Amino acid sequence: MLKGEPFYKPTIEIAGENALIIYFAEQASSETSVKVQQAAQLIRQAMKDDLAVDIIDLIPSYASMLVMFNILTTDYHQVRNNLRLLLHSLDDNFQRLNDSQLDDHSQKHEQVDKSLVVELPVYYAAESGPDLVVIAKRNKLTVEQVIDIHQSKVYRVYAIGFAPGFAYLGEVDERIAAPRLSTPRMKVPKGAVAIADKQTAVYPNTSPGGWNIIGLCPVDMFDATTTPIMPVNVGDKVKFKAIDKHEFLALGGELPDEFGKSV
Amino acid sequence: MTLSTGFIVKQPGMLSLVQDAGRFGYFNIGLTNGGPIDLAAFQWANRLCANEFNATAIEISIGGLALIAQLDSTIAVTGANMSLTINSHKKELWRSHPIKAGDIVALGFASQGVRSYLAVAGGFTIQESFGSTATVCREGIGGLAGEKLKAGDILPCASQTRKTNLILSESLRPKYRNEIVLHTVPSYQQKHFPPYQQRLFFSSEYTVGKSFDRMGYRLSGQKISCDIEGVLSEGICHGAVQIPADGQPIVLMNDRQTIGGYPKIGAVSSVDTAKLGQLKQGDKVRFEPISMEQAHNYFHLNLSDFTRKKLNVCE
Repeated sequence: MLKGEPFYKPTIEIAGENALIIYFAEQASSETSVKVQQAAQLIRQAMKDDLAVDIIDLIPSYASMLVMFNILTTDYHQVRNNLRLLLHSLDDNFQRLNDSQLDDHSQKHEQVDKSLVVELPVYYAAESGPDLVVIAKRNKLTVEQVIDIHQSKVYRVYAIGFAPGFAYLGEVDERIAAPRLSTPRMKVPKGAVAIADKQTAVYPNTSPGGWNIIGLCPVDMFDATTTPIMPVNVGDKVKFKAIDKHEFLALGGELPDEFGKSV
Repeated sequence: MTLSTGFIVKQPGMLSLVQDAGRFGYFNIGLTNGGPIDLAAFQWANRLCANEFNATAIEISIGGLALIAQLDSTIAVTGANMSLTINSHKKELWRSHPIKAGDIVALGFASQGVRSYLAVAGGFTIQESFGSTATVCREGIGGLAGEKLKAGDILPCASQTRKTNLILSESLRPKYRNEIVLHTVPSYQQKHFPPYQQRLFFSSEYTVGKSFDRMGYRLSGQKISCDIEGVLSEGICHGAVQIPADGQPIVLMNDRQTIGGYPKIGAVSSVDTAKLGQLKQGDKVRFEPISMEQAHNYFHLNLSDFTRKKLNVCE
């Protein structure tokens, strides 16, 4: 498949009684993510006027967007037509963008894509990241190399979901990619920095989870009492920065008594 | 903070939650919808109290809730068949009852159905979080501090009494059964399920397993397989039927996670997820495919049926 699939036409399919899903590509890529973001912006704008009553909410993700509509005011034919019109204008814009400079590694891309780079501190250590050694062994690396590789890359927020404030970040260097645990932990602590396949994330709250934990982040990923509620949005960039235990504790980090055993 | 008055929770029961019609517009930060599992029964409770249909009420799962009134009011309980008593006197469901300060309102355990709804005239006055009072325990959001009710909680409300009491006549009340049909729109990764597997899915009987909650109903029965293991994580709509690797369907309900990567074969109509929410372990379901147009029709016919049914004044 062509990288970024610039000529892939979005397809609109049925999700449920009051929801359609737009597929932008079959694979995840930063180009596709930019496109999903642009479409989300366009639809959110329309939701402020023309489609205010008809569209209730959106879930942008890696290469798709779920559109929930109001079954009391519209039906899926009408919503699909409206979405097609919006996507058509997006295609024109995206094509221009693509022709001029879309290249994953170009500096121009970074400029076009005006998203923020949010730095998140991480205390990487055996006591904060029980799966660090496992990942190192699996990939024949030292623990230090795993940490270096994880914090050397700028990640993109591809999606937010699963739980409040859970941001899916990608893509992790293949050298430290790791499959989900075969049996999830009953209790992953708040702030756990974890890897699943080529994705990485910070658990916003204590929850069950099957990702490999490599460290702890003292920054709140979801706090309903602050503005903004989350330090990142879909489309933002995230970079991790290693901190030591003192800094971690000084920033309000807490070490869990124990990591929930997998069951 | 001023001391609020309303109803004191004497016994919280198994799982009693503050709910309004649900939380919409916050998918971008990962918040799910919440809201009443059986929207119809919830709306009936509010209608019987002459409230707005989305006024804040209590969803009682299984039963066991007991409240002490601190003020005069009017209440109504609908939904699953739980015995209702006011000061130990047996009272009828599906009608409104006058309440005096000091009265004890108690619910037994469901003999048919799972969830009931207790509404109060004017609705409970709970602080909204993210535009809704709906409690989602998994998120710790909504209701009273994001949690289920516990003994000693106060459910604030205004002292409103209705001059006339209303009743929904018995013949018009929903019947809760142990076997239902789930009308389902084939969608999402449906194409990845070979035709034979789709036919199996739509012609087999499934049993509600031991895990049935506000997030999802796990069913057991004929194993269904598809040609993919998973998909890129994508938005999950209400009623989506997820088929994990073990081939056993899960119908995703109000408290579902907003994003996931399991293959989905379709999505159940909200008219039927409300009915599913009244089933418990061992009850049976079948899936029946319907088109998007039929789903739309089914929803609106059901809504007009609700609107058309009239309440009677009772004494």
